[in-house]
Amino acid sequence: MTTTVYVPRDSAARSLGADEVAAKLMETADRPIRIVRNGSHGMLWLEPLVEVVTERGRVGYGPVEPDAVAGLVAAGMLDGADHELCQGVVADLPWMRDQTRLCFTRVGVTDPLSPDDYLAHGGLTGLRRALSSDPADVVAEVTESGLRGRGGAGFPAGVKWKTVAGISGPLKFVCCNADEGDSGTFADRMLMEGDPFTLIEGMTIAAYAVGATEGYVYIRSEYPDAVRTMREAIGVAREQGWLGDDVLGSGLTFNLFVRVGAGAYICGEETAMLESLEGKRGMVRAKPPIPAITGLFGRPTVVNNVLTLASVPAILSGGAAAYQALGVERSRGTQVFQLAGNIARGGIFETAFGMTLQDLIQKYGGGTRSGRPIRAVQVGGPLGAYLPADGLDLPMEYEAFAAAGAMLGHGGVVVFDDTVDMAAMARFAMEFCAEESCGKCTPCRVGAVRGVEVIDKIRAGQDPDDNLALLGDLCELMTEGSLCAMGGLTPMPVRSALLHFADDFSPRGGGQR
Amino acid sequence: MVSPGTSVTDRVRALVAAHRGDRGALMPILHRIQAEFGYVDPGVVPVLAAELNISRADVHGVITFYTDFRSEPAGATVLKLCRAEACQSVGAEQLIAHAEQVLGIKVGQTTPDRSVTLEQVFCLGNCALGPAGQINEQVRGRLTRARLDALLTEAVGR
Repeated sequence: MTTTVYVPRDSAARSLGADEVAAKLMETADRPIRIVRNGSHGMLWLEPLVEVVTERGRVGYGPVEPDAVAGLVAAGMLDGADHELCQGVVADLPWMRDQTRLCFTRVGVTDPLSPDDYLAHGGLTGLRRALSSDPADVVAEVTESGLRGRGGAGFPAGVKWKTVAGISGPLKFVCCNADEGDSGTFADRMLMEGDPFTLIEGMTIAAYAVGATEGYVYIRSEYPDAVRTMREAIGVAREQGWLGDDVLGSGLTFNLFVRVGAGAYICGEETAMLESLEGKRGMVRAKPPIPAITGLFGRPTVVNNVLTLASVPAILSGGAAAYQALGVERSRGTQVFQLAGNIARGGIFETAFGMTLQDLIQKYGGGTRSGRPIRAVQVGGPLGAYLPADGLDLPMEYEAFAAAGAMLGHGGVVVFDDTVDMAAMARFAMEFCAEESCGKCTPCRVGAVRGVEVIDKIRAGQDPDDNLALLGDLCELMTEGSLCAMGGLTPMPVRSALLHFADDFSPRGGGQR
Repeated sequence: MVSPGTSVTDRVRALVAAHRGDRGALMPILHRIQAEFGYVDPGVVPVLAAELNISRADVHGVITFYTDFRSEPAGATVLKLCRAEACQSVGAEQLIAHAEQVLGIKVGQTTPDRSVTLEQVFCLGNCALGPAGQINEQVRGRLTRARLDALLTEAVGR
């Protein structure tokens, strides 16, 4: 009898030695075992999380260091025996049970590159249903679901699709923005590494709905594992007839390609990404024209984030009404929240919009990793606001965050403890913008450099009042005058730091360091 | 500008040919060149321009826009340390200071013996397990000074 053991291939698990763990298991197992390299369940504090298939279900052990494998095997891990690292049946853990997983339903569960696993766990149901409907009905279904772009801006996906579908032309594109450059986000990466077929299925549904024949997944070069997995998955999908000239025998032509970025944060901005896909410098384009009308190589193009597209199969298989029933206000469905930074239990938590940030961080995240009090939380990436510890009672939905002067963005949450120097973080926001600006517009290109200088003067105690006023002016100019969100939103972390942590900007301040 | 040898030119032409059917082929070609030679020699710029029927300025502009493309070889081991917010919240700046001290170089530099290049990176997508770094393309998480030292020793035998 062969025992099946799961050891994640996700790069977060590999970053802590999952490959070595798998090798040690092969070496020390006292019986025949089959190792499946699955995606990660998203409980990253338990990685590498080894699961053993038992009669009770998949019993998890973690975090397992390579050196601990022999001892675990000797202690009866392969029988699901109890051990201090034993977490019990993984599917029954509160972290897993309390989630509503639509995008991430298969991530961690299946072998990411096994078409049989994909089908056995509900894969292609959405695509089959789409192919048996009229394309316009597919667009309507996505519109009715209330799905909004998960990349940060939250634009209704159905509206975008309808625009592209409404333009006739011989060549249209579906582009997936997988340039997940924001700190505190890793859900796109985990989906591509853990369940790439879902993204392929979502893109194929989009192609059918809008009449596109060619697609590109633009993945940042910092994600070599995701690039490899996506490329392999596309190869498998072609062999299976899920992509190509006759998708699932429907007559639909859709060919999909991976393109790799080259270390430019700005290429996460959709028009810069299109320029990069065209083989050019990643310079932001002025809008209009919008990409839906004049996109890649001037053709009508759907540009959506990974999680937007990965939400589509579930919407088609479960129906718009079921998706729409989840969430609150104008934030419908689920969001894949990412707990990161100084957090005890970091990882992926997919749930309907509406849970408070406080609950997410304390109840599930377990507070800081350092054990010190939380001082600040940044939500929505480097361009999102810093919230103070007493301002976390906010529901996780787009409009509530906007009303609080913050940004939900893609749902990445970065926690800082009380050692953080918020003036340094404000300076870093400007420094990052100066480093990553594409240089096309002056407010961003020059403003960010000036921002660093002015914050340095304030921190050094040079005419603080005048320089604070100057910084305020500069932030306003960047917000109002920049071509895209890079320069336009860099003031958000800066201003929120000034608002909530003013003491850090006085020369005697410097946080509670 | 030193013109590359015939073999390099031929190889570059072959890589261009392999991507002839691709849309926007310059980026994939540059990635291939860098993967094969370790850097993009300025001498290949006119070759690419001629092959792709674009200006040398266009090719040069693309190469210099993207951080990944190097115009000279890196050290034998490339160590990238993440400086983005999530990693800063768990001590990335201190870790970078340590790496600079141990290696005797600043971020962006290569050791005189060309064994290690130290670079900063903004996010490796390992934000729950920071500080994160990448050693020769392998992501590493929860880096401490001791763990970084051990990984460097393993990689370069320093």
